[in-house]
Amino acid sequence: MQAAELPLWAAVPVSVLLLLGAGLALVGSVGLLRLRSFYDRIHAPTLGTTLGIGSILLASMLFFSVLQTRLVLHEVLIGIFMVVTTPVTFILLSRAAFYRDQQEGNPEVPALPPRQDAPEP
Amino acid sequence: MARLIPYPLFALALLALWLLLAGSLTPGTLLLGGALALGGSWALVALPPPEARLHRLGAVPGLLWMVLVEVVRSNHAVAKIILWPGQAGTRRSGFVRIPLDMRSPYGLAALACILTATPGTVWVEYDRAESTVLLHVLDLVDEETWVRTVKDNWERRLMAIFE
Repeated sequence: MQAAELPLWAAVPVSVLLLLGAGLALVGSVGLLRLRSFYDRIHAPTLGTTLGIGSILLASMLFFSVLQTRLVLHEVLIGIFMVVTTPVTFILLSRAAFYRDQQEGNPEVPALPPRQDAPEP
Repeated sequence: MARLIPYPLFALALLALWLLLAGSLTPGTLLLGGALALGGSWALVALPPPEARLHRLGAVPGLLWMVLVEVVRSNHAVAKIILWPGQAGTRRSGFVRIPLDMRSPYGLAALACILTATPGTVWVEYDRAESTVLLHVLDLVDEETWVRTVKDNWERRLMAIFE
């Protein structure tokens, strides 16, 4: 079956989900531009990496399942790996910024505690 | 049995992953997936992960559903803050330190993933000595509310599963 032969009942939800996912990624990017501090900005891309990617994966599953008339579930794996890996990136980024700001005595972050033993990385 | 398949749950997950990836249930795929799962679980013996005891697995679907609901809700909230910043002129972001009772490394990892994956909160630092976690919250209305949300919504449920 060709993409153009996709029945309407499937084409509509696929388009809606794709637009929703793309829209959320766009809002996340706008957020990167608009929000002021690093710590505020780190929240913006999570829109794209959670509900944004979720909608696009759902659209992809629906599209290929209908097109190939069998259940296509590869996308579940992409979803699982996204959920497990992207938080690690965000946590590492925010920690790097946090430790630097703390060392520099930036008033934006909580002050370094008086004890000198640095927490385990 | 424990000798033959050292981490049965992990092996099963690897097999499921392989079958999903291949998208078929033919004997060949099953055989190859089974070999992969066995090899993977034997390899894990070389780097023994901390022991995990799972209790109340029945609570997992409820937790996943809550995560989904929370992700949708906070996506909406953060999108609103980004698109109409004027409306939230008094919005204040900041750090919250939350004392945790949970010690299980798996529970803490799950909590870090959940909190960071929900837009609006990022896990910044976990202090093992004092057992507190530092969060950055985009829309920090009231610190007390956040402490209670994290403890009641997530920590209690995760502790029921992992401890």
